[in-house]
Amino acid sequence: MKKIFALMLALVLALGVACAEEAAVMTHDEYVAAELDTPVTVETYVQAHQSWWDGKITVYAQSEDGAYFLYNMACSEEDAAKLVPGTKIKVSGFKAEWSGEVEIVDATFEILEADPFVAEATDVTELLGTDDLINHQNEFVSFNALTIEPSKIEGDDTEYAFLYSWDGSGTHDGNSDLYFNVGINGQTYQFTVESYLCGNDSEVYAAVENLKVGDVVDLEGFLYWYNGANPHITAVTVK
Amino acid sequence: MRKTIVLCLLLALVLPLLSGCHGSEQRQSFTVPETFDETRPLEIVFWAKNDTNKTQTEVYQKAIDDFHALYPNVTVTMRLYTDYNRIYNDVITNISTDTTPNVCISYPDHIATYLKGSGVVAPLDELMKDPKYGLGGSEVRFDAPTEAEIVPEFLAEGVIGEHTYAMPYMRSTEALYINKTFVEKLGYEVPDILTWDYIWEVSEKAMEKDADGLFTVNGQKVLIPFIYKSTDNMMISMLKQLDAPYSTDAGEILIFSDTTKKLLEEIYQHAKSRAFSTFQISSYPGNFLNAGQCIFALDSTAGATWMGSDAPLMDIPADQVVPFETVVRPIPQFDPEHPKMISQGPSVCVFSKEDSQEVLASWLFVQYLLSNDIQTAYAETEGYVPVTLKAQKSEQYLDYLSRKGEDSAHYSIKIDASELLMAHTADTFVTPVFDGSASLRSAAGQLIENTCKSARRKEEMNDAYIEKLYADVTSLYRLDQIEGNRAAREIPAGSKALLIGIACVWVVIGAVKLRAAIREKKKK
Repeated sequence: MKKIFALMLALVLALGVACAEEAAVMTHDEYVAAELDTPVTVETYVQAHQSWWDGKITVYAQSEDGAYFLYNMACSEEDAAKLVPGTKIKVSGFKAEWSGEVEIVDATFEILEADPFVAEATDVTELLGTDDLINHQNEFVSFNALTIEPSKIEGDDTEYAFLYSWDGSGTHDGNSDLYFNVGINGQTYQFTVESYLCGNDSEVYAAVENLKVGDVVDLEGFLYWYNGANPHITAVTVK
Repeated sequence: MRKTIVLCLLLALVLPLLSGCHGSEQRQSFTVPETFDETRPLEIVFWAKNDTNKTQTEVYQKAIDDFHALYPNVTVTMRLYTDYNRIYNDVITNISTDTTPNVCISYPDHIATYLKGSGVVAPLDELMKDPKYGLGGSEVRFDAPTEAEIVPEFLAEGVIGEHTYAMPYMRSTEALYINKTFVEKLGYEVPDILTWDYIWEVSEKAMEKDADGLFTVNGQKVLIPFIYKSTDNMMISMLKQLDAPYSTDAGEILIFSDTTKKLLEEIYQHAKSRAFSTFQISSYPGNFLNAGQCIFALDSTAGATWMGSDAPLMDIPADQVVPFETVVRPIPQFDPEHPKMISQGPSVCVFSKEDSQEVLASWLFVQYLLSNDIQTAYAETEGYVPVTLKAQKSEQYLDYLSRKGEDSAHYSIKIDASELLMAHTADTFVTPVFDGSASLRSAAGQLIENTCKSARRKEEMNDAYIEKLYADVTSLYRLDQIEGNRAAREIPAGSKALLIGIACVWVVIGAVKLRAAIREKKKK
């Protein structure tokens, strides 16, 4: 009898340890409060992802309470195909910051059964240039009625509506990122079409290639950060 | 019966010879055409790499246009990349479909892998020496360098096995970009050559904070005194300076040594105190340097135009830039009397094609990339150095150097960086090139990256940690799959075949004996 009792006790203890070792899922507020370089676990929904590469994938994810940037998450090519917008995933990794972009790195994930969630774009036009904009970091956002301002290449007086690569050194065929300037309230901001997210065969890439200086546009995209706001634009509508 | 035994013995002897052939070079034979055919159009595809630098793409385009003017039947189409690894990946993909480009910017490490597909990359030995179309040959329509006019150290880097498979295109090394103002504020002088002990000491000293929690030296909340861009190079250079094992020329992996362990233990301490970080963990060293948030930024000389508060290229808002005096020094050393630094930068290779005229046209274009105008124009875009002595000594390049600090095109830090490499060319080194050497390079850096992350995440560093780290990195980069490494750890293939052969012989002898015994028994 004693032996059975001891065995059951050991089993209960072992189960308890196993459960305790599984990291608790954080809310977005808890994630924001977590120290850098500490382990984090969140449940969230895929909104978009960059192209799969060498066993890794970079995902833009969002839940109803906030957004996450999952950088170079370990992922097989087969699993990458399952990460369609709306898919719920549980992600475990470490909180990190790279040039102002707060992200989850060295992450692994599992796909969860759940109703899909695709975030509506939050209009942050009025927050451009304010300290509050960073509170929406990584979210799917929109900017409305912005004016395309000229971009310039060093040593060239031509006014371009956009550049292939930040300095105009790229090409369409090279699938370079697109950079363009937008203006509102007397301030100019630089936005990007990240080619690993929306490549040269995407609608938004073509739309930006057709922009003209002075066009008034509505934009949607993910509020990425690189030494300041650097949205990765996914849709452009010329008014 | 005797015949069977003899056959088995022969097999045992021949097998090692056959296994010796396995994996050996099976190049398509290429003969330099007697004459370059200018009567038919030739299309050359050139995959180029630039540092996201408009001027560099313009130099490439001008080279293509000028070459076309010289050889009107040759049209060069360029595809631009900004990442060596993407080129590497695309070439590997295209080897399987036989759609490689004709000419490609590459690292010798990558070419060693391309060479696994027999005959994929054209050996350049015959082309180089051809009296008509070789380096500086009589029929070449431009002022091409002779073999003797290419910097010998750089030319040697393209030799893989017994053949030359790449021509150097540009060379750079790594440099330490130093905020001299802050070093002096901390009470130190900047020596001509820094030691590792010096850089760790000053970096730790810089971590002192005031009562408000701000770093004393910069008055800011953020400071990472020492940031290294390429941790691959960091580990490789440290090991080289200590004359410690890394790999053999044949590909035996020797990096997982006690010396490496000691280096990682030192790095761990400074990552833990946050006095040291890496590009992968924190971002570009130059951004932190220019914002007064880094004292020692270690990056390529080909990134010099981004370094310093007056840098022509800037990746942070102007209001974040802090004024300071920048100085350039070689990377830290263990033995300052005998400095060692890595040689890096793009090389260019030619892919084999069935049409030998296409290969010859590709070779002529490669030579054109080595001509003075291209060499000097491209080198001047960054802290590169021309790979030919002819270009280095040319009037135009000497004029460029002499105008240091005149304007942004002659940015002093950029020219300092180029001069650093020219002064230390004899102190440069490269690592052995073999199929898998690119993976080993990455593994070297990964050891540091993982160590730094672990330090930041408060994971304990001990023998078990190192053992696991070595195992994880070996597995991640499949280092145990590298042929040279496997061969070194396993019984040599020839010996293995010999043993199998001997075993075969014994089996046959046993079978014969058994058969004879059975027959004898039946007779009885």
